[in-house]
Amino acid sequence: MQNGDQHYSMEDETYTDIDGKAISLECQSHSGFCREFTVSSAKVSIGRVMAYTCAVWLSAYIIFFVTENTAVLSSAIIITLVGMMVRIHFVKVDHETLLIIGSLGVQVSSSYASGRESTDFIEMGKIKDIVINEAIHMQTVIYYLCILLKDPSDPEAVSSVVPLFQSSKPRLNCLVKVYKSCQEILAKC
Amino acid sequence: MVLKIFFPQCCNKADSGLLVGRWIPGQNSAVVLAVIHYPFIPGQVKQYIHQVECSGVDLTVLGSWSMPKEGQEGMESFLRDLSTIFPQGQWLQLSREMGKIGFRCHVLTRDPSKSPFASQVAPIVFGTVCQSEPLFFLDKYDDGPVKMTHWQSEGREGSIIVELMKQASTPVCLLTTWILTLWTSLCSSRILNVRPMRFISSKLSTCVQLSYRTEHLQTVCSPTRATAHNHFMRKANIFVSFFVDVSLGLLLVSWMYRENRIGKLADTLVPAADYVAKELEELLQWLMGAPAGLKMNRALDQVLGRFFLYHIHLWISYIHLMSPFVEMILWYVGLSACLGLTFALSLLSDITALLTFHIYCFYVYGARLYCMTVYGLSSLWRLFRGKKWNVLRQRVDSCSYDLDQLFIGTLLFTILLFLLPTTALYYLVFTLLRLVVVMFQGVLHLSVDFINSFPLFAMGLRLFRSYRLAEGVKFRVLCEEPGTPLHLMMDINPLKVSSVVQTYRTPTYSCYPKDSWLALCKKLFLGELIYPWKHKTTKID
Repeated sequence: MQNGDQHYSMEDETYTDIDGKAISLECQSHSGFCREFTVSSAKVSIGRVMAYTCAVWLSAYIIFFVTENTAVLSSAIIITLVGMMVRIHFVKVDHETLLIIGSLGVQVSSSYASGRESTDFIEMGKIKDIVINEAIHMQTVIYYLCILLKDPSDPEAVSSVVPLFQSSKPRLNCLVKVYKSCQEILAKC
Repeated sequence: MVLKIFFPQCCNKADSGLLVGRWIPGQNSAVVLAVIHYPFIPGQVKQYIHQVECSGVDLTVLGSWSMPKEGQEGMESFLRDLSTIFPQGQWLQLSREMGKIGFRCHVLTRDPSKSPFASQVAPIVFGTVCQSEPLFFLDKYDDGPVKMTHWQSEGREGSIIVELMKQASTPVCLLTTWILTLWTSLCSSRILNVRPMRFISSKLSTCVQLSYRTEHLQTVCSPTRATAHNHFMRKANIFVSFFVDVSLGLLLVSWMYRENRIGKLADTLVPAADYVAKELEELLQWLMGAPAGLKMNRALDQVLGRFFLYHIHLWISYIHLMSPFVEMILWYVGLSACLGLTFALSLLSDITALLTFHIYCFYVYGARLYCMTVYGLSSLWRLFRGKKWNVLRQRVDSCSYDLDQLFIGTLLFTILLFLLPTTALYYLVFTLLRLVVVMFQGVLHLSVDFINSFPLFAMGLRLFRSYRLAEGVKFRVLCEEPGTPLHLMMDINPLKVSSVVQTYRTPTYSCYPKDSWLALCKKLFLGELIYPWKHKTTKID
């Protein structure tokens, strides 16, 4: 590539999320003080979609066979379509990005399976630190990367916590890599 | 700290010239507002900048911009010499070559100074652009001493419909305000303000809706211009929802009056009331027998049953007395649906309330009877155990009764206890009927409230012109060549659709449940009268 970025992705098999599913991490260094991390989860699996659709339609046909009411069939079709649309537009996250720009701020963005992007930008003046926290999730202890925000009235206190990579939920090895990179940039400015 | 320069996209293709803008203090950042093109006379430029600064815009010369075309070889040296003509602390030299996308940036610093860190860059950037309106009146197509390129040189965004509406709004607003003042003075006149009228008008939801809409119109048609963003959005939302409401109402009226459907509706109203009365009579006959296999106290049962049956008979007589006038009344009252769909719904709610008034009466009788029974029972139960309610101390104290007090008390207790199933059953049946009517009215009120408060204008703006409602900014890294500084594209991040409704909701007298579920159940058990939907007289946000 003719641009000046360094662009490298880690081996896919090394990184998994907390449930054991494979994810991939891509680090892009645009300049000395600007880096972008993208964590991608597994895409929508065609096998699961077909299985759900067949199950719903089979049960709809059985009910139609018993009741002889065509409204059952049309409602099954509508439910399947609407459910699929809602899932890919609002629920299924394709990849999550963290863009850290030294002395400007941090941008967190989630991209859904339908292409919709939801972005949030946090100014550097509000960020106290980026840390890895532990949390108890059901019967396990998991690690998550989060941004600590400053309280405007008291610069020493933490007013709120913004967790990152909430849908992909990568494991500690992936988080440590992102954490080290971010700390290098935060230390510079 | 890293130097940040905010550069408008339009100046990317502009000819070479002088950069003017503003330095953001404490941030090591600069906002470029315009590019003044070559050729210019430095004296005239200084005069122009001074003139613009006097009208309140904070403006300085930031540096030079060069995009050399063929035949402009002497440009570079000329632009370098400019830094001596316009003395500044920091001088930016941005340049771009034809065919390349990235800029090159060179900073000449005269006196370096460290400044403390401050937050919130993006609002300062947009604030600067907003304040610099006088700067954007001239552009490179005007004949003036300076020729500039800025973000409005390609033309301002406008729409003919909006301009026409702005012209037409002033006389229309004045007319509407005058009509509204007449109407409000009529409403607050002495005749209409006697106690019974006020009580009735506070109970009828149509009158409440009418007063509410008057208030809305007063807000919209006030002759003063809206200055704050919130105020403007509220006026726009009220106007759009009123417009949609009235058009839906007119549609409904045209549909109902087309094939005399209103006449048919009026014809079915009296038979419907008759049907409800007949069903109630059958219900009472069932209660007077052995309802659900329960054995009632015969005498009390007959008394209550006959009392309610006579009540129904009276009600039906009144309805039949009014039946010749029903069609005419409904025809004229139905015309008020022209004022909006909300009026039609409030009207429906009021008609339901009036037609089911006997159910409300039955509920009140049954509830009072049951309430008295329960209180009597609890008080006599305390007597049975030798205790008494101390009103002063609000607690139960022991008390020694005389023998005859105990005797009569126990007798009354036994009587009330054995009559309890009968009164409880009547109470249960009429409470259920009342709750059904209340649920129906509640649904109507909720939909009226929804139409009143939903911000249609804000939702439309978010869907079609999302850059006007901003939540923040977002950045995108642009691909570039090595050796150039980092280029980021800053875009407006529009407000999320879910937060549009929360932010721009019109405040309204929403009817919300007055008690929690637990308190409601407790009241039902004790037989206290319930008014589940409470209309607040003051507005809540």
